[in-house]
Amino acid sequence: METLLNDFSPGLFVMQSVILLILILLMRKFAWKPILNALQEREEGIENAINMAEDARKEIAALKSQNENLLKEARVERDAIVKDAKETANRMIEEAKNNAKNEAEKVLAAARHSIELEKSAAISELKLHVASLSIEIAEKIVKTELSSDEKQKALATKLAEDINLN
Amino acid sequence: MKKTTPFFTFAIAFICLIFSSFSFASATENNEQAHEENHETHGPINTPEKINGYIKHHLQDAHDFTFFTNGETGSHIGFSLPVILVDSGLHVFSASKFHHGEAVAESNGSYYKLHHGKIYKTKKEGVLRMHGEHPLNFKPLDLSITKSVFGMLLTGVLMLIFFGALAKSYKKGPIPTGLGRALEPLVLYVRDEIARPNIGESKYKKFMPFLLTVFFFIWILNLLGLTPLGFNVTGNIAVTLCLALFTFFIVQFSANKEYWGHIFWMPGVPPLMKVILAPIEVLGMFTKPFSLTIRLFANITAGHFVLMSLIALMITMKAAFGPVASTGMSLFLSLFIMLIELLVAFLQAFIFTMLSSLFIGMAVVEHDHH
Repeated sequence: METLLNDFSPGLFVMQSVILLILILLMRKFAWKPILNALQEREEGIENAINMAEDARKEIAALKSQNENLLKEARVERDAIVKDAKETANRMIEEAKNNAKNEAEKVLAAARHSIELEKSAAISELKLHVASLSIEIAEKIVKTELSSDEKQKALATKLAEDINLN
Repeated sequence: MKKTTPFFTFAIAFICLIFSSFSFASATENNEQAHEENHETHGPINTPEKINGYIKHHLQDAHDFTFFTNGETGSHIGFSLPVILVDSGLHVFSASKFHHGEAVAESNGSYYKLHHGKIYKTKKEGVLRMHGEHPLNFKPLDLSITKSVFGMLLTGVLMLIFFGALAKSYKKGPIPTGLGRALEPLVLYVRDEIARPNIGESKYKKFMPFLLTVFFFIWILNLLGLTPLGFNVTGNIAVTLCLALFTFFIVQFSANKEYWGHIFWMPGVPPLMKVILAPIEVLGMFTKPFSLTIRLFANITAGHFVLMSLIALMITMKAAFGPVASTGMSLFLSLFIMLIELLVAFLQAFIFTMLSSLFIGMAVVEHDHH
């Protein structure tokens, strides 16, 4: 311990204090501050770059999903349009069919009607014709029946017989 | 690991200290005349006493750089550093005036002598009144650019260059180039592994300059200590104490009300316990920087001591095993310890910074429990 104390040099201690103090101040100004600042700046830069990359990645992912959504929507829309068109077409066809049918039925009905009219006209004409024919025939028969007395008598009898029987 | 390493190395340091004081005691017997003649009777450092002295000398601060000493001629290869003394005025002169402790240096009418890395004021004749190992002469405040101060200045300049370059490279782009690419992870490591988890996300920024400076300061100095330049800065108790005191004052000045509340009036315990706990907590305030001081000092000192002792094995074991075996052994062991010391250099810087931020974190934390 005595050796240790004797070895202790106050002068060296003073010099060391002064040198160390000056060295700390100089190093702080010329080395540590710029170095630490540069390191921090670089670290922040790296962090920012990483964050930006992450953001860009997220943005791309968002865009992608947006695109997918759009695509999906478009597909749905297209499907709807196609379906609509089909329906419209079907409806039109149906309508056309119905129209045609109606039209045809109308035509048919009209035709039937006119046929009916023609028929009844023809029948009434025929009836008329038959009636005049019958009258003519009856006239002729009656003329022949009533051409002689006997024949008149025979007829009267016969008629009388018929009434009796009834 | 965090717990055991300092203890282990401290134990080694302790053993080494005991060992060194023993051997020093045996050497002091002929200290009186040996000191006078020591420098005249140069010679190769080849005895355990001399090796111990050499290691002791290395562990201390010095006023000159000696890369190599020729023991035969007593000539040193290296350079002297400026001496600055505060002793009723400023004395500035070159340490070469001391002639490695052999001569009395004169400055503005005052006389100084170097003894084991310390400067003492003497009369013209340069007589030191010895008391055991240490002279009783007056020690002026020594603000010299010693080896340690030189090492600290060198570290400071290196840090300013390296990290200044890193700071500048951010102006060109977000990714640093060149050396900055190696330094940036270290800065990030201190920020993310040491400061953030211990101090808390909202408050750590204020303390980053201190923590980063201290971390790299200690680490670079530790590494410089492993080079053959012969630095032992962080193994200097004055240096580690200064570092620890910085942490201490930062902790005290940034502490919030709750920190003081926990020290003087511990919440959630009976009043009697509060009274008993207060002095313990106050003591704890001071043991924290003390442990920081001793841990770093002991680890680095022990590392230098062990490494140098292992290198010295080459000489001390020569008689027993022969030159080849002792050199091989020394090389192998010192290489092994060197690798451990590389780890320790980082580990101690890490632990110091870690504990500093832990103490700061304890002082600024906001309790939402209790």
